[in-house]
Parts: sequence; C-alpha cells; structure tokens
Amino acid sequence: MCNTCGCASGNLKIEGDEHHHHHHDHDHDHEHEHDHHHEHNHDIDYNKLPARNHNPGMSQARMIEIEENILAKNDAYAAQNRELFKAKGILALNLVSSPGSGKTSLLVETIKALQEKFQVSVIEGDQQTTNDADRIRETGVKAIQVNTGKGCHLDGHMVGHAVEHLTPEDGSILFIENVGNLVCPAAFDLGEAAKIAVLSVTEGEDKPLKYPDMFAASKIMILNKIDLLPHLDFDVDACINNAKRINPEIKVIQVSAKTREGFDEWLGLLESLRGQIITEILAEQEEKLNKFKNLLK
Amino acid sequence: MHEMAICEGILQSLENIRAKENFDKVKIVRLEIGCFSGVETDAVHFSFDAVTRGTFAENATLEIIHQNGKAYCMDCANVFETTNRLEPCPRCNGINTMTYGGDALKIKDLEVV
Repeated sequence: MCNTCGCASGNLKIEGDEHHHHHHDHDHDHEHEHDHHHEHNHDIDYNKLPARNHNPGMSQARMIEIEENILAKNDAYAAQNRELFKAKGILALNLVSSPGSGKTSLLVETIKALQEKFQVSVIEGDQQTTNDADRIRETGVKAIQVNTGKGCHLDGHMVGHAVEHLTPEDGSILFIENVGNLVCPAAFDLGEAAKIAVLSVTEGEDKPLKYPDMFAASKIMILNKIDLLPHLDFDVDACINNAKRINPEIKVIQVSAKTREGFDEWLGLLESLRGQIITEILAEQEEKLNKFKNLLK
Repeated sequence: MHEMAICEGILQSLENIRAKENFDKVKIVRLEIGCFSGVETDAVHFSFDAVTRGTFAENATLEIIHQNGKAYCMDCANVFETTNRLEPCPRCNGINTMTYGGDALKIKDLEVV
C-alpha cells in the first residue's frame, strides 16, 4: 500500500481516474524512495550495533505493545465516506452476493422504477471490465466502474475515490455493487447505511448457513429470481429460516427483477430508508437551529 | 482471499511502528483474531509469509490468539461462549440464538530486535 493515500495495488483502476493513475505512478516512485529510506534506516541501525555489542550479555529483543485494529485504516476511510453521505443526505447501500445472483439486473430494473422520483447513482465493483457500469449507464443514471484487479472486495478507500468522481447528488440513492463474492466483502465497511445480501433461488437454500458472516453483516436479504420458483425445488421458507438463524433481525424481501414481482415492497423499503436518513439530518439541524434561537432569547 | 489485503495492512502498520520505534527486525507478531471476524487463520499465515518476504518482518513468527464469540438465547435468555453461529443453547437446546462479539482483528504486540 502506498503511504500517501493508501492505494492498495497497481491493479486498481477507477474509471475516468486518469489523474489518479499518474498519482499511482508517482506513489510507486515514492515507494521506491521509501525502500531506499528503509535501507538507509538499516544502515543507521547497523551503526548502532557496535554500541550494543559493548553489552554482550543483554538481550536486544524487546516487546512493543500495539493493540491496533488491523482494519483501522479501512474503517477510517469508511467513516469519512459515511460522514460525506450524511452531509449530503445520501442513502448508500452495499449490495453483496455471489457472482450471478442478478445484482446488476436487479439494479437496472430498480433504477428504471426509481429514477423519475429520485436521483440514483451506482458504483460498480468487478475485477475486470466496465460491462456492469455500461449496463447501468444505459438507463441514463451516473455510474462508475472500479476494477479491483486481483482484489476480491471493494474497500473504503476505493469507494471514497469513486465517490469523488461520481459526485452523487444531495438526497440521492447510491448503490454500491460489490465484487461478486460472499466471503471477503463482509469484513470491509464502505460507509454504507446497510449491506444488502442478494441471493437468487437458483442457488441453494442453505447459502446463509454456508456463508454466515455475510448474512450476519447484512441488514436486508433479497431473494431474487422468484419467477423461476415453479421450475425449481427451492424451499423459500427453509431459506428464510436459515437466514434468520444466522441473523434474527435480517429483513427478507422476495423479488423478481424480470417480472418486477415484489418490487412494491422493495421500492417502498428504499424510499423509507432514504426518508429516515433525511429525517435524521432534519432533526439534527432543527436541534442546532433551536439551540441558536434560544441563544437569542 | 482478503487475508492478503489484511496482511498488507499488517505490514504497513509494522512499517509505521518501525519508523517510530527504530528496530532491525520483527521476531514475533501477536494477532488477536475473533472467530466471527471473517478471517481464516491458515490463510493469514500463508499470506503473512508471502507479504513479508524480503522485508524486515521476513521469518517473523505469527502467533494468533483466538477470540470466541458469544451467543444470546432468545428462548431462555442464557448467554454462552461459542465459535459457531448455529450452536444450540447448551441450557435449553433452543436454536433461536443471536451471536455477537468475536470480531476482533487486532495486532496485540510485537517482539523486535
């Protein structure tokens, strides 16, 4: 990782972020400098060795207490994102699932249904290609692709950069479609209001049991492709029970992105989540306003 | 394999600490990893060796302290330690449990020379 902005890897690519590329290159140079610096440090340390050797009986090993959260850096980026989302009244949702659960199709249909009422934008995470962002842009809303290269998840830093370029509007809904992976994205906070796990009925009903961390981390589970149920042996109740065993508080919505069955509930949920965020901001502002009004009395 | 990213983060923390504390090599790194942190300890060992190769932390011993999670039984209000989100309540055998905690992912301390 580079020290100046924490860019994790040279494989990371954010669409339209040409400046950032130069930045990356620059940072790599920087890293080399850093290496030199280290060697330099090394030299200094070796210079100290003779002094230590005057006390041959003493062990030079020592303990350093750290107690540092390994994900502290990601969490700090996520907190920055969350602050920005709050300042702008943006509802940010992190969609997680296995590859092929229909996240992008669900988003395309959701955007078509929402875009007259709300402003929507999308961050698309994949290892390679801009296919998903292209599909989203066809609907007319703003989208930006983040290619993680070898990376198996989006992190708070990537999302921060993507948001800079995407500039989502005040009071808009921002969907972050994570890399298709039911394991790694569970550990990385992006600053979202909620993780939404998308599970399609062509997968097994025991997936929540097989990948419990993701279902434990998600506030909402969408059971997608329910139009296919007549052709499958998928047991919907068993699947929902499994999800609730892992996370008793998870909210489950059954939809079909193809037929839009269940969309009323899904769109209603999005609208109420967005409403909650703006209501919270209003309440805070009113409190501030009242505080200052009282100061005038 | 987000364990690779986790280990890159660990190495970066070690670099930051080294800049302040001025030492040659890391001998031991002690991590605390919770059973519900989403991190596989075998993969952490593998990734740590790969990430630290050729650095001042090469060949450092990785010691992992395992942290258990807890579960609350919604049927009988019992609280018990567990590493398995599906473990039934040992008191009433109920399966309506809610797990929490066990999410530590920390560098505890280092031994350096």
